[in-house]
Amino acid sequence: MAARQETVARVEEIDVDAYKYGFTTDIESEKAPKGLSEDIVRFISAKKNEPEWLTEWRLEAYRRWLTMEEPKWARVDYPAIDYQDLYYYSAPKSTPGPKSLDEVDPELLRTYEKLGIPLREQEALAGVEQRKVAVDAVFDSVSVATTFREELSKVGVIFCPISEAVREHPELVRKYLGSVVPVTDNFYATLNSAVFSDGSFVYIPPGVRCPMELSTYFRINEKNTGQFERTLIIADAGSYVSYLEGCTAPKRDENQLHAAVVELVALDDAEIKYSTVQNWYPGDSEGKGGIYNFVTKRGDCRGKNSHISWTQVETGSAVTWKYPSCILRGDNSQGEFYSIAVSNGYQQVDSGTKMIHLGKNTKSRIISKGISAGHSQNTYRGQVSAHRKAEGARNFTNCDSLLIGDKCGAHTVPYLESKNASAVFEHEATTSKISEDQLFYCMQRGLSEEEATALIVNGFVRDVLQKLPMEFAVEAQKLIAVSLEGSVG
Amino acid sequence: MIEIKNLHVSIGERKILDGLNLTVKDGEVAAIMGPNGTGKSTLSYVISGRDGYDVTEGEVLLDGENILGLEPHERAAKGVFLAFQYPVEIPGVATMTFLKAAVNAQRRSRGEEELQTPDFMKLIREASTKLGINMDMLKRALNVGFSGGEKKRMDILQMSLLQPKFGILDETDSGLDIDALRIVSEGVNALRSPNRSFLVITHYQRLLDYIKPDTVHVMAKGKIQKTGGPELALELEKSGYRDYVGEAA
Repeated sequence: MAARQETVARVEEIDVDAYKYGFTTDIESEKAPKGLSEDIVRFISAKKNEPEWLTEWRLEAYRRWLTMEEPKWARVDYPAIDYQDLYYYSAPKSTPGPKSLDEVDPELLRTYEKLGIPLREQEALAGVEQRKVAVDAVFDSVSVATTFREELSKVGVIFCPISEAVREHPELVRKYLGSVVPVTDNFYATLNSAVFSDGSFVYIPPGVRCPMELSTYFRINEKNTGQFERTLIIADAGSYVSYLEGCTAPKRDENQLHAAVVELVALDDAEIKYSTVQNWYPGDSEGKGGIYNFVTKRGDCRGKNSHISWTQVETGSAVTWKYPSCILRGDNSQGEFYSIAVSNGYQQVDSGTKMIHLGKNTKSRIISKGISAGHSQNTYRGQVSAHRKAEGARNFTNCDSLLIGDKCGAHTVPYLESKNASAVFEHEATTSKISEDQLFYCMQRGLSEEEATALIVNGFVRDVLQKLPMEFAVEAQKLIAVSLEGSVG
Repeated sequence: MIEIKNLHVSIGERKILDGLNLTVKDGEVAAIMGPNGTGKSTLSYVISGRDGYDVTEGEVLLDGENILGLEPHERAAKGVFLAFQYPVEIPGVATMTFLKAAVNAQRRSRGEEELQTPDFMKLIREASTKLGINMDMLKRALNVGFSGGEKKRMDILQMSLLQPKFGILDETDSGLDIDALRIVSEGVNALRSPNRSFLVITHYQRLLDYIKPDTVHVMAKGKIQKTGGPELALELEKSGYRDYVGEAA
């Protein structure tokens, strides 16, 4: 009894206020007027000097969006969002397309420094052993700096803000934009199509193995501003790229909307590894504030033998609605989804994946680890389907949930659908609690309660952490420990 | 030295320990024998600080300091070690990682410097060899898929790394075959020293053939009923616990 009461007491004390990225940057910004209309869509398009076809594309999305309704099927609960009460465009004032870092507002550079993100290449280069990571930094709606571009361009890799790609590489953008996530896909993706402001564009030419990790850091700063990035990555035949995105936001009392779209295209024999460390502000200990993270991420294994893998470590956001998926179109293509979703406080997570088997002998693998603490709700929602022609499709799914305390919930909602008799789907799921036996055993050996919990949780998520690029795995491990601080009982 | 004075412990409404007194001097190996359900495991958990037991009266002194108010990891750092009857599995955590975390956590709380990897590896290689533990086993997740004997040896390995002041062996012999029993006992005997004491909890004389106690205590109905030398264990082997249990429970 005593142990139970103490558990409850400890959980009640959870300090999600310990969010370390909660600072704001005092910087002048230029905003579009509040609200959404055709004029605003045109305003954004004009700000970006976009060609006519893209303006029309946006307007079509906007008109379509007006007829759509917010999806209600996810296990999340939040007050209605007033879409006319948001800013849809915000840019740091002094930096319309800086030519070099020297032109970037120093205040902004300091922000990225605080986040531990090296934007100055010489700094990254100074560390002798350190592997190079090219970074695109997106601040509110605008990309502020992209590093290592010259070195990348030597091998033909294009890594730039998508707004720039629209101007410099229109043929690629026009061919692939919206080809994985159609304009009409879903409420948030359609909204994003109408108002997306920036994001990263990557093109890896045939046969090229991208010589370094590519990475984008998203930072929401402005109040009442929706952030709508658009990322498009194309791996041409026989190429390889590993890409990482990181996300943080200041502490704000009001909720902020984030509705991004990520599209991946892998052509014949190409491989894309996409990793996310998502740490948007989760709200305070009473559940006030935090980011609404409504994101559409999809990869298209368009070519034969292509391979897309999603790895995500999700610790942030007040509400998460996110299902990075793979369309396994090419014969022998492979899709993977490795996920760690940690929820604490009053966070609500509804996340998972879709593996859509269209081609012959396509394989997919799903490993999902959900950890719920505090009053949070953590749902895995996954769909695996094999279409009529998906001869020999294989899927393996493993979903494990770990509960800490007794006021949180873990839910697993699998949808399996096969129209081909030769398809083989396996699904394993477990739900467990950190046992008192395990905690006591570790503590008897000298570990404090928090050290013991971190150790046990890290053991629980190890298979997935191993899928992350080395330098980010360490970061992710720390992040998980911080997210669960004070959640133990 | 550990001194347990007038210890009363309940779980919920049920009284388990009823005014238990016990002293184990430095360098001494004390055995506690007694029938099932008499509170032997409760005693080991209360000394080491497990949650869920209400201590209503009494104290547990380690070198004169009452440790009952301390957290389990604080007691561990002061030198209390419990070899578990059923060592716990920790999936995904490599044994080596766990051992290093434990050793360094204790060093930290004693204000000592943490061991660096080369020093730690040297230490662990020596200790493992003595217990016939293969280094490959240390790469596996802690106790996951280990046999009963391997789990017990792993606990003794931890004890030899952590070098406690006071070691409790809670029915370490349960589930061990004769070879494993010998290896485990030798491991414990190697740790005997003038400034370390042990409490060996067991049902059977057999373990005491290998780990020779200085004193033997008979425990029943939540307290120590009789104290003697090693001969008391032999006596019990013949007569059983009938005399101590009284009316059939």
